[in-house]
Amino acid sequence: MPQHDVVVVGAGLAGMRAALEALDQGVDVAIISKVHPVRSHSAAAQGGINAAMGQEEGDNWEVHAFDTVKGSDYLGDQDAIELLCQEAGEHIIEMEHMGVIFNRDEEGYLARRGFGGASYARTFFVADITGQAMLHVLYEQVLKHHQIKVYEEWFVTSLIMEDGRCAGVVALELLTGRLYPIRAKAVILATGGLGRVYEPSTNGLVCSGDGISLAYRAGAPVMDMEMVQYHPTTLKESGFLMSEAARGEGAYLTNSGGERFMQRYAPNKVELAARDVVSRAEQTEIDEGRGIDGCVLLDSRHLGKELIHSRLHQEYDIAMTYLGIDMVEQPVPVRPGVHYIMGGIKTDVDGAMNIAGLYAAGECACVSVHGGNRLGANSLLDTLVFGKRSGRHAADYAKSTPPAGESEAVITPDEGQIKALFERADNGERAPLLRTEMGRMMDEHVGIFREKKALAQAVDKLKEYRERFQRASLHDKGKVYNTDLMFVLEMGFLLDCADTIAASALAREESRGAHYRTDFPKRDDESWLKHTLCYYTPDGPRMDYLPVTITQWPPAERTY
Amino acid sequence: MQVNLKIRRYNPEREDGVYWQTYSLDVPSQFTVLDALMKIREEIDGSLALRCSCRSAICGSCSMRVDGHAKLACKTKLNVLTEEGGEISVEPMGNLPVIKDLVTDMQPFWDKVRQVEPWLQAEGPAPEREYRVPNEAMVHLTDVMNCIMCGACVSDCTVLEAELKYGKPYDQTFIAPAALAKAYRFVADPRDDQQRERLKKLSEPSGVYDCTHCFECVEVCPKGVAPMDRILKMRELAVEAGITDKAGVRHAKAAEQSIKASGRNYELTFYPKSVGLFNVKELLPAMPTGLAFVRKAGTRFLLPHKAENVQKIQRVFKKVGKRNKENPNTEGQA
Ligand SMILES: Cc1cc2nc3c(=O)[nH]c(=O)nc-3n(C[C@H](O)[C@H](O)[C@H](O)COP(=O)(O)OP(=O)(O)OC[C@H]3O[C@@H](n4cnc5c(N)ncnc54)[C@H](O)[C@@H]3O)c2cc1C
Ligand code: FES
Repeated sequence: MPQHDVVVVGAGLAGMRAALEALDQGVDVAIISKVHPVRSHSAAAQGGINAAMGQEEGDNWEVHAFDTVKGSDYLGDQDAIELLCQEAGEHIIEMEHMGVIFNRDEEGYLARRGFGGASYARTFFVADITGQAMLHVLYEQVLKHHQIKVYEEWFVTSLIMEDGRCAGVVALELLTGRLYPIRAKAVILATGGLGRVYEPSTNGLVCSGDGISLAYRAGAPVMDMEMVQYHPTTLKESGFLMSEAARGEGAYLTNSGGERFMQRYAPNKVELAARDVVSRAEQTEIDEGRGIDGCVLLDSRHLGKELIHSRLHQEYDIAMTYLGIDMVEQPVPVRPGVHYIMGGIKTDVDGAMNIAGLYAAGECACVSVHGGNRLGANSLLDTLVFGKRSGRHAADYAKSTPPAGESEAVITPDEGQIKALFERADNGERAPLLRTEMGRMMDEHVGIFREKKALAQAVDKLKEYRERFQRASLHDKGKVYNTDLMFVLEMGFLLDCADTIAASALAREESRGAHYRTDFPKRDDESWLKHTLCYYTPDGPRMDYLPVTITQWPPAERTY
Repeated sequence: MQVNLKIRRYNPEREDGVYWQTYSLDVPSQFTVLDALMKIREEIDGSLALRCSCRSAICGSCSMRVDGHAKLACKTKLNVLTEEGGEISVEPMGNLPVIKDLVTDMQPFWDKVRQVEPWLQAEGPAPEREYRVPNEAMVHLTDVMNCIMCGACVSDCTVLEAELKYGKPYDQTFIAPAALAKAYRFVADPRDDQQRERLKKLSEPSGVYDCTHCFECVEVCPKGVAPMDRILKMRELAVEAGITDKAGVRHAKAAEQSIKASGRNYELTFYPKSVGLFNVKELLPAMPTGLAFVRKAGTRFLLPHKAENVQKIQRVFKKVGKRNKENPNTEGQA
């Protein structure tokens, strides 16, 4: 039976950063990932990564921290945000030394671009393939440090819980269809986002909230799940992202009258206001009849061909390939689309939670540094800062912990569940179709503008989906590379995530950050300056609340 | 639009072996091949195996052969391939073992990548801040960094195809375009201090000189990485670095003679000249490569013929020859 000191679930930026740090601390480390590391969704990040390194211009970590606090609509924990911003610089330098080819300025120093909600240009970037460039470099480091065992295309189905602590994972090897217990003294969840709860979304097909659900089922609270970010510039049908990099470089948003409407909603920051603000403004324009076929326009024509080709190449390609639109000549129709989950597994700044031996980092975790709304380019930073910290602390914990038990019986429940699926006739519910239906419902009922009735309907709908899910069946009854089976397992995770999102959104009776209630349109600090927690119970989420940590920035009105 | 997707299927757990299955679909015309495959998998036949994640040509999962050439399924529109009622063939990548349906075993691919030690190797202590390097020295490398490791170039590499035909195993042959492009990314990185060592290794058999310039990798690369151009550039850099005691350099010399005489790269005479005309042991295995090359490139390369501007080319050689005398290290490179 495979045994390790630290097992990291996930090989995106957070997972690989955690694994490298744990190895550095001198323990035996393994990474488990359902896709090859470079296929992880971190590859899709285009725009860049924040760090306040422009001291000459007046930027410093405190300004960055304040921007982040304000961006979060005061729901972020300020002690965690301070850490994030203090440690940002060293991570950029570290990535540069590892080999990332960041764009540079004329002097040969690292170049920066402006991004939404930021007081200074502090976003470091590699053209518009920043995530890919960083992900590949971290993978290079994992290859270099070949002591790290990588279980590639292994799918984690559950956590091994013994004596109230996490003692490893159960995982399905896709190649053979066999289930294995993989024992560990400490487990770090770095499984990324849950965009697939919604349809459409900017997220890849693998972003199914697995880790969030795994921890939730094991008894960890998930926090602020109502905070779902709609990105202002996504393509209508496919949900593909047009990165904020375009607006960072100076692109405009216009309505059907050709008006730069953001001047009305955010006179100072205009297109570069925080994402929740821009998305709501767009939706208002569309709802009030100033949209074009359900979209507004992203206009980059004035940026010129050269800049578009050199710095916005990926976006150019996306518009060209999927819409046949040449950004140099024509504006691109865009609309707000689901992009990111600010909430997640509740952790402290070391990735630890209420379950001994279990850690989380990256998009699946909620430290919370993003609060009600994440600023662009803060998420890549989050993956590195808290990936590294959780790697270090998980390693420390593993050093002082005796080896886990050896029972093979831990795989029995999952084995039983899979066997039952195989035995069911193949004419039941198709999980992928159920997912699409759920995604559309969530987009409609738990979207940018929310209200009580629709939210309550969503909660009921989800119950119905869960019932139908009990009848989910497989076409593929084989062992080798059974993706049909994987979809069903993912659907189970997605349902857990959707439940917590809908329940938290229904409970929060105010508007804050990405959570906007038309029936409670004001922020209400008196009653709601607190985090939402959800605990798993067989009858649905049990809610609880937690105060927000405030260090130096008392809540103030938020304008851009 | 109405399309017929003819898919090459294989399930190792069943007796049928390899077979083709055609699905008729009615789908929006802006659908990609991936959209169509997902529709099949979600609605019609959940047993169809393929890899995909990002849907937007960035994760490199969905490389497969579409109408005979390696492509990203998610970047390939149906209506570009065929008209109403037409047929599109879909099969797994070539040059890699097949696990199931459209899923290939990528291990040989990653083994080759690992072989070029793809991580930055800088000597001495790192600076306190970033390395200060001119933007121009770095920015062109982002083109190579565009590589998403999808394997399309490896799938359609004619050298690998020929080697496989000759019976060499998947993982012990030509390092192949993707890994070599990756190697170039370090060779050309001013922060890396192992340029010479890297070039030396890459000049060994199976390295940069095994490429036959068939252009296939340049054509199929969905991200404009142009691996072949990087390979040729590394040959240049190797010779500039004085790495001349290699079969590959004899190859380059053969090229020089050919170009001097006819103004053309007459490939079929290179290999014998590079390994030695009577080196049967090396020449025999190379036969299929040559033949595959001819098949892909057509017979226009078979017969030596002079380029129109051969005089101009000869003048270039004279010029370079003069320069090389001043700098003997670069001898042999045109
Ligand atoms: C299109 C797009 C553009 C973005 N642009 C930016 C940007 O410019 N700047 C920025 O800061 N942020 C950006 N973001 C957000 C950012 O990219 C992500 O939040 C971040 O990359 C998440 O990294 P991660 O390591 O947490 O997860 P991921 O990179 O998603 O990795 C998750 C890993 O977990 C593994 N995994 C999941 N479930 C299982 C399981 N059950 N078993 C085994 N393994 C599993 C997966 O295989 C994968 O390796 C963008 C996001 C998107 C979608
Ligand atoms: S699905 Fe990611 S490259 Fe096609």
